[in-house]
Amino acid sequence: MQSGTFHTSYASDMALRPYWIQRLRIALVLIAVLLFPWFADRYWLNLANMIAIASIGAIGLNILVGYTGQISIGHGGFLAVGAYTAGLMAVRLDMPMWITIPVASCFTALVGAFFGLPSLRLKGLYLAIATLAAQEIIIWLLTHGKLLGIGESLSLPRAANNLFGIPLANLGNNDFAFYWITVGCLILTVIFVSNLFRSRTGRAFVAIRDQDIAAQVIGVDLFRYKLLAFATSSFFAGLAGALTAHYRGIISWERFTIDTSILYLAMIIIGGLGSVSGSIYGAAFMTLLPALLSNLARAVSGLVPDINSYLPYIQQGAFGLAIILFLIFEPEGIVKMWRNVKDYFRLWPFSY
Amino acid sequence: MEKIVQLTLSGIANGAIFALVALGFVLIYKSSDVINFAQGELLLIGAYLTYTTVEMIGLWWPIGVIVAVALAAIIGVLIEQLVLRPLIGEPIISVIMVTIGLSSLLRAIIGGIWGVTPRTAPQFLPRDTITLFGASVSVDRLWAFALALTLFALLSLFFRYSREGIAMRAVADDQQAALSMGISIKKVWAIAWAIAAVTASVGGILLMSIFGGVSGQIARVGLLVFPVVILGGLDSIPGAIVGGLIIGLLQSFAGGYLPPELGMGEVVPFIILLLILLIRPYGLYGQRIIERV
Repeated sequence: MQSGTFHTSYASDMALRPYWIQRLRIALVLIAVLLFPWFADRYWLNLANMIAIASIGAIGLNILVGYTGQISIGHGGFLAVGAYTAGLMAVRLDMPMWITIPVASCFTALVGAFFGLPSLRLKGLYLAIATLAAQEIIIWLLTHGKLLGIGESLSLPRAANNLFGIPLANLGNNDFAFYWITVGCLILTVIFVSNLFRSRTGRAFVAIRDQDIAAQVIGVDLFRYKLLAFATSSFFAGLAGALTAHYRGIISWERFTIDTSILYLAMIIIGGLGSVSGSIYGAAFMTLLPALLSNLARAVSGLVPDINSYLPYIQQGAFGLAIILFLIFEPEGIVKMWRNVKDYFRLWPFSY
Repeated sequence: MEKIVQLTLSGIANGAIFALVALGFVLIYKSSDVINFAQGELLLIGAYLTYTTVEMIGLWWPIGVIVAVALAAIIGVLIEQLVLRPLIGEPIISVIMVTIGLSSLLRAIIGGIWGVTPRTAPQFLPRDTITLFGASVSVDRLWAFALALTLFALLSLFFRYSREGIAMRAVADDQQAALSMGISIKKVWAIAWAIAAVTASVGGILLMSIFGGVSGQIARVGLLVFPVVILGGLDSIPGAIVGGLIIGLLQSFAGGYLPPELGMGEVVPFIILLLILLIRPYGLYGQRIIERV
């Protein structure tokens, strides 16, 4: 039983996961992730892909909102930028996904940094409203996209889904093949972001969140680091958007409205602000909740015949209710609930 | 000339409605520092409740409207008591998110009760056209403008002379001082939400009458509130009125004169919002207490 934190070397003090039980848990999760697709059917694979993509986007938003303290209601717009950049490159230039996805992510980072410019003068809710404007402007550009030559929706060629010339279809069906891509990207994102907050840049982000004036006094360049936070966050939004575009094969602007921005904000609030694992829990919760509800509706449809016509409202209402209840009863999110569970067992039977 | 008059009038009428909605928003912000993202849903509630009382139950329309507005006020107070009260003093993102969650919940309830198909709604405002400065304009816009003005006048009398109105101004001015003078802040918050619900539902009802129907489209106005209040100043009631009129006119002219396929009417308010935030974040009349980074 672990009774305290006793580090004997700097290396163990700096480690992300210093205890054997934590490493064991990670190993178990990784094994489960590797085994999962061989047993799951396409329905669950599809859900897993959606969770992985949403997790990447949520981690991106958490960098900005949870770690740097800059509220953004424009994340859906940045996802759209990533998706459409990747889509247009695939359609117009016949580029494969291993080129379009990185390029789209980097381009979204630039766009994000541009719309982060107001953050140099604004903070708190003024910044939130400014990002709301960014969201509306991006969606307007897409819906009136004659300048960009986009119609109502954009279909990506299947041939774009190849890795270095090898078609993804060789791996198996679309859901199975994309599982490795999305989960691979998610793992890389998690490793990058977890380490980011042990670096100079990440610590500067946290300093800005906690007290921006103090951060400036100790030499954090607010201008640079705020834009960097917007760019990093948008990079992952772009990654998630580009992955969605290639996975779905068809994109339309309706997928990226302000409701999407709100969905992502809800993920990180419910999962836990300022926590990488919280972003994943939140993304999973928000993706599984509507799926669970529709399964539930199907199960009781014999008893309540009308339930299917009410399902969209039940899902939307549950979404709103989940946000409200979490904020009132557990503002620190799922990650805190999980920590409470762990603490209970760690201290059992002598919890005091 | 004819086009100018028509666009001006419809801009002013829309602007007056925006101002009504923005007024409720500003009241909530001034009294409790809450940014209400559910303002658009309050509009919808007013419109659908009126639709129910007048069209489905069949009340005479003035009574139907009064019943609907009273119900909306009660809903406003309930929202404040149940949802916002537990979050007092929480960080700003929590307060923003709880009103966002609220808007989603309200929209789900509205959709569950009334569905999403647009309904043709009663039109109370007379719809004849008259000729004004050589342009034929429909009278309902003028009526909407006049009704909005009347409501403003009533509210300013309320703030000037009634006990509750003065208490609200005191709380907005200095919360600590108001508390020590024995003013119940909780009551002020409840009144602020009630008034916000009333002005929003009147706005919704006017829009319903102008559009000739009720649908989720009305809730879009809830988002337009942000350009209005930022332009006027987040904590200024005259700002809400002036901002509403300016945004209404700009939207109307941008939609009327710029090429229609661009749909500029929708995006112009948000471009202005971004510009105002960059140049003069406290708006036209707002207090300059905004923290600079």
